[in-house]
Amino acid sequence: MKTFFEKVWQDHVITSLGDADLLQVDRLVLHELSGSQAVRALAEANRKPMAKEQVFTVIEHLISTRPGRGPTESASKSGPIMIETTRRASIDWGFHFIDYNDPRQGIAHVVAPELGIAFPGATLVCCDSHTSTVGGVGALAWGIGASEAEHVLATQTLAQSRPKTMRVTFDGKLQPGVYAKDMILALIGQVGAQGGIGYAVEYAGEAVRALPIEGRLTLCNMAIEFQAKYGFVPPDEVTLEYLRGREFSPKGAAWDAAAAYWLSLATDPGASFDLEVRVDCNTLAPQVTWGTSPQQVTSIEGTVPRPAEAADEKALGYMRLEAGTPLAGLKVDVAYIGSCTNARLSDLRAAADVLRGRKVAPGVTAICVPGSTPVKAAAEAEGLDRVFIDAGFEWHESACGFCGHIGDNRFADLRVVSTTNRNFEGRQGPKTRTHLASPATVAASAVAGCIADARVLTLSPALPQGGGRNAFARRGSA
Amino acid sequence: MEAFTRVTGIAAPLVRINIDTDQIIPTLFLGGTDAKGYGAHLFHGWRFLPDGRPNPEFVLNQPPFDRAQVLLADRNFGCGSSRERAPKALREFGFRAIVAPSYGGIFFNNCYRNGMVPVELPIEAVREIAAEVDANPAAQVTVDLEALKVISPSGKVYPFTAPTTLRGMLLAGVDEIELTLGKQSEIEGFREKDRARRPWAYLPSESDP
Repeated sequence: MKTFFEKVWQDHVITSLGDADLLQVDRLVLHELSGSQAVRALAEANRKPMAKEQVFTVIEHLISTRPGRGPTESASKSGPIMIETTRRASIDWGFHFIDYNDPRQGIAHVVAPELGIAFPGATLVCCDSHTSTVGGVGALAWGIGASEAEHVLATQTLAQSRPKTMRVTFDGKLQPGVYAKDMILALIGQVGAQGGIGYAVEYAGEAVRALPIEGRLTLCNMAIEFQAKYGFVPPDEVTLEYLRGREFSPKGAAWDAAAAYWLSLATDPGASFDLEVRVDCNTLAPQVTWGTSPQQVTSIEGTVPRPAEAADEKALGYMRLEAGTPLAGLKVDVAYIGSCTNARLSDLRAAADVLRGRKVAPGVTAICVPGSTPVKAAAEAEGLDRVFIDAGFEWHESACGFCGHIGDNRFADLRVVSTTNRNFEGRQGPKTRTHLASPATVAASAVAGCIADARVLTLSPALPQGGGRNAFARRGSA
Repeated sequence: MEAFTRVTGIAAPLVRINIDTDQIIPTLFLGGTDAKGYGAHLFHGWRFLPDGRPNPEFVLNQPPFDRAQVLLADRNFGCGSSRERAPKALREFGFRAIVAPSYGGIFFNNCYRNGMVPVELPIEAVREIAAEVDANPAAQVTVDLEALKVISPSGKVYPFTAPTTLRGMLLAGVDEIELTLGKQSEIEGFREKDRARRPWAYLPSESDP
């Protein structure tokens, strides 16, 4: 009896190195922020890529999201040289290359499942800690450093020590207005930001099986926020349905063979894990972070807690919050929808359902950066762009955008409610105070001008609608 | 990679939990394709005031900690982003070892590839060493990867464990790629068998005719 993880790991062991294994890497994904360092280091060492057909490059980290952007346009001063270095090396070496203007372009972790670059049972690595996102289609994927990427380029292998296994079972059913983002934030609040150190995490349970692939990707995206390098949902029929016909998915008889193999990777009944964690979804409410670590999180119906340790006090100082303040009603300056966490089509639909016929509150900057160019195109085909724009949102080209601060100071010293994955000090700009939440919560907050519970707006039609006032805040703004 | 055996030097206490790599080096300073140039921006948001002057309240601006080679921290040090500039910035500043209860997993691996050892000791041990350093900032702490020991200024010895493979590589300062390329026949043998078993994992290249 084996777990999914044990089967996939074993599939990739070339040789044992003692307390580590040398693993075959099926897919290396590069981007211009760290990929540029890896390709330059490889060239300087006079080495060549070992398996160029297994390497994919996407321009997405530093490239501007401005509509009409140019080929090296970036908010980062070093953006142009990093983009150009990565582009040149990727073309010269013959990697699969997805440039800024390619209709397939987007954030690497959004693109990889969309194109079938990630697949069940694959080992996939990328110089980005959110690489585990693609565990949502059953890949074993993790973030690596630039030196490790150089090693993969040169050998298509990586030495890794084998992690312990954890299973997180999400029991029950999500209530309307509660999403995968709320599940993962609640889990991080429960186990702490260090709770996953040394573990590969399988997400299981009724609530996970009920999630469409896009929700599973959100769940896996934030594994690293509790320091599990690996997070995944073993493949099932939902996974196969999602991957069938994608550009890099096998076709015809090859598909049938692959699909049968992938389903066989599921964890055997009775297989055991080093650690079991359970989360009850029946009573789960939307979650919002209040601090500077994703573990500093509470229900949208909750208040800023009393500091439990020194780090909490430091966080409250940075966030300019006091214990006892209700989260709902807290005035926000910016509402941001974007990132590899929550900018796929279902996320945009959830936000649009809140925004339809409503306006962003005066004084609030609202921005939507779709997770990929295909997501943007699909949203536009069903008119979601009009919903966002009519509500007062900016509608951007796809890239990593404002998730990390690369030079644009638009969010400096402001309070932001964001669908991203990190609320660290300065993550979105100097003195920027980030509250993480789901797309529905961010959209509702944009309309209210303060952190707001989307369920109050969308599930209670009797309440007043429209922006300009904190119409449905629970309390006055802090 | 740069070899490391042992260091004896000043130890700077920064005993906080969840110090993420965005704090160690903010995204704004990840620019360029160079392997160096990041030490100047280490802990930028904490180390410098908004006008760019050093923040006198930050420990690494206070002598003798501005010459520290060992960093004392609390659990989950180096969590967050995979940026390898985080260990590069620490190494360029002069650090050779970190002593903390636990680390972000990607950061932990990155340290070994940048001539620096992340030592895992219980928080009680870290606090004891920090207390000795508080009493006498100029006192020296030793981190010995060969002997797997941390020695406090008063001579108290704290044994630790380290992953055998990574430790061996760091002690010898090996070129990891060269080492792996030495297993080329095993790798090729594996790929041949794997290709027959999982053909979908192997793709034709875009640049092939």
